[in-house]
Amino acid sequence: MQSFLQQAVFGIQLGSLYALIAIGYTLVYGVLRLINFAHGDVFMVGAFVCYYACTRWLPFRDLSADPSAATSNIALAALVLVMAMCVCAALGVLIERFAYRPLRNGLGVADAHFWGLVAALPFALSMGKLTQVVPLAAWLAIGVIFGYTLRPVVRWIARRSVRTTSRLNALITAIGVSFVLEYGGLLVVGADPNFVPNVVPEKVYQLPGGVRIGTAQLAILAVALLLMAILRYIVVYTRRGKAMRAIAHDIEAAKLMGIDTDRVISFTFALGGALAGAGGALVAALTHVKITPLFGLLPGIKAFVAAVLGGPGSIPGAVLGGLLMGVAEAFVAGSQYSAFRDAIAFCILIVLLLVRPAGLLGRHVAEKV
Amino acid sequence: MLWLLGRVGGVALLAACLMGISVWLTNNIETYYFLVLIQCGIAAVLAVSLNLINGITGQFSIGHAGFYAVGAYVGASWTMLWRPQLADNWPWLATGNLSGDILNLLIALVLGSLAAALTGVVVGTPSLRLRGDYLAILTLGFGEVIRVVLLNIDAVGGARGLAGIPTLVSSGNLAAFWVFGLLIAVTTLTRNLMRSTRGLTWLAVREDEVASDAMGVDTTRVKVTAFVVGSGFAGAAGVLYAHFFTGISPDIFGMDVSIMITTMVVLAGTGSVTGAIIAGMTLTALPEALRFLKDYKEYRMVLFSTALIVMMLTRPQGILGHAELGFGSFVRLANRFRRKERGSAA
Repeated sequence: MQSFLQQAVFGIQLGSLYALIAIGYTLVYGVLRLINFAHGDVFMVGAFVCYYACTRWLPFRDLSADPSAATSNIALAALVLVMAMCVCAALGVLIERFAYRPLRNGLGVADAHFWGLVAALPFALSMGKLTQVVPLAAWLAIGVIFGYTLRPVVRWIARRSVRTTSRLNALITAIGVSFVLEYGGLLVVGADPNFVPNVVPEKVYQLPGGVRIGTAQLAILAVALLLMAILRYIVVYTRRGKAMRAIAHDIEAAKLMGIDTDRVISFTFALGGALAGAGGALVAALTHVKITPLFGLLPGIKAFVAAVLGGPGSIPGAVLGGLLMGVAEAFVAGSQYSAFRDAIAFCILIVLLLVRPAGLLGRHVAEKV
Repeated sequence: MLWLLGRVGGVALLAACLMGISVWLTNNIETYYFLVLIQCGIAAVLAVSLNLINGITGQFSIGHAGFYAVGAYVGASWTMLWRPQLADNWPWLATGNLSGDILNLLIALVLGSLAAALTGVVVGTPSLRLRGDYLAILTLGFGEVIRVVLLNIDAVGGARGLAGIPTLVSSGNLAAFWVFGLLIAVTTLTRNLMRSTRGLTWLAVREDEVASDAMGVDTTRVKVTAFVVGSGFAGAAGVLYAHFFTGISPDIFGMDVSIMITTMVVLAGTGSVTGAIIAGMTLTALPEALRFLKDYKEYRMVLFSTALIVMMLTRPQGILGHAELGFGSFVRLANRFRRKERGSAA
């Protein structure tokens, strides 16, 4: 019984993190009917922002040497959370602007130059760090050349093709973005695993029933709940939220009603990115997992499964799905089959998609022919 | 009767030529280039086999590495675990001599592709009821489940994998023969299929699933068949990989391999067989040309994924689309140039 409760507590902690990421999937799916495969990597970037902030950018003091540093460190930790959220919100907007908007509106000059710069990045990085003059100049030069040649070349290739947009193209684009972030991250920070040091004091409380719960777990739960409350407020009670719901209902009609859809979609990506960034920072700082540029993939896919479990497009569904996933994983991890903890997500997904493809709280939409 | 004799004779002649070329290649090419060549061949087989599912039948599977892994593991299990037990009673199963090696490789190929095809049935039957992006995520999930299961079977080495698999493929300098023979077999099957009545139902499912269902095509059956055949060929490629590179572990069949195979099919144009072959070979050989860059492996992934994004944003059907590259297309191209010249002269 005791270990059962203990696993449940662990599961709820894990589940609230999955829920934070899953909300980002579900928001984007709601407005664009797109699986934002790169969302898990936005989460990874949040974890890295936290790592760099805790080790280099911010003046954290060593707790073991100076116990009185606790208060200032906690204040700085709150700042780290905000930083990670801001960076990831910006990243979400960037991804939307350069990868998903051209899917809807076509590849413009700015988009071509952006992807030219991305393609030129590794060349520059093989010369040295971007803070030096020569690699930076080379990057910009190669990038601009790529950008100028990209459009004529693809236009020549595409000269007789009719632009078709399907959801599959969007998914492939999303997979591409995800890989750019992962392997670009490997190029920039390397493959060595990083750990965030202990910056906030940790205490373990004994609950009745022999269950132990740490400050880290409480903090994760509290922050997750707070962010979800704010999100609910934004979506339900503000004008922007109303516009988001309108777009989710019918994007063409929303356009006709005078809603600037591109802007609202950007805002949606910013919201999702901020939540994923917060999740990444919480995981990195409080659970001390090893972070590498590839580590966002698995949590991302599990959170996606959570979003599908709850019904894509439904925010309460994402929270419910995230919690269910977390608890299920915690129980598998605590049992004798712990080696299969990463497979349980897919087993749940497979069973669910066969039994109830619309998810637990989702609506089934019949296909029009 | 004469017709059948001609066919068999033709295949035998082709095989003999290929064997000769293979022996010549092994003796006359540097080992490094030969390794790259074999890798290119295996990648092309994988691309063509996935093209059967994604291109010809219009589904979207992104977990192909799972079937590749099943083939590699079952094939290696035959040579390393099951064969030695049987060889005590049947001495003709011994390896080390040419005929024994070929026989064992053939058995491994059959077992490996059957096992992969069987996995294809298990995975495909439930998941092909779904469409589009759900199917994609589900196949990705199944690929990952296969990897995790392999990771937890102690008999095949768990996370360490199997090492020291006998190099049956290279026995008698026939490596290129096996790999490119398999490639020719998959390609021929696809081509013949696309010209047959059965293949037309596959294409119909790709063009419009609802309409073909209404016209009496058993769409689920078609999709599962395509999935199973594609998986079986990926399994055969896995067997060849295991018996050429001698070591396999769950790591080398990860999600990035699945995505890489998908990239090959998508970049070339889903549905184009020649495109899949060319893309498979190019995407395997190109990173070797990029070795002068530091961290060229990461570079490769960044470049390819950027290419994938730009392709999706400008020409979603891939470079070739559904078109095939053959002698005919060169003739057409030459004619166009000639006409242009004449036009400018007049």
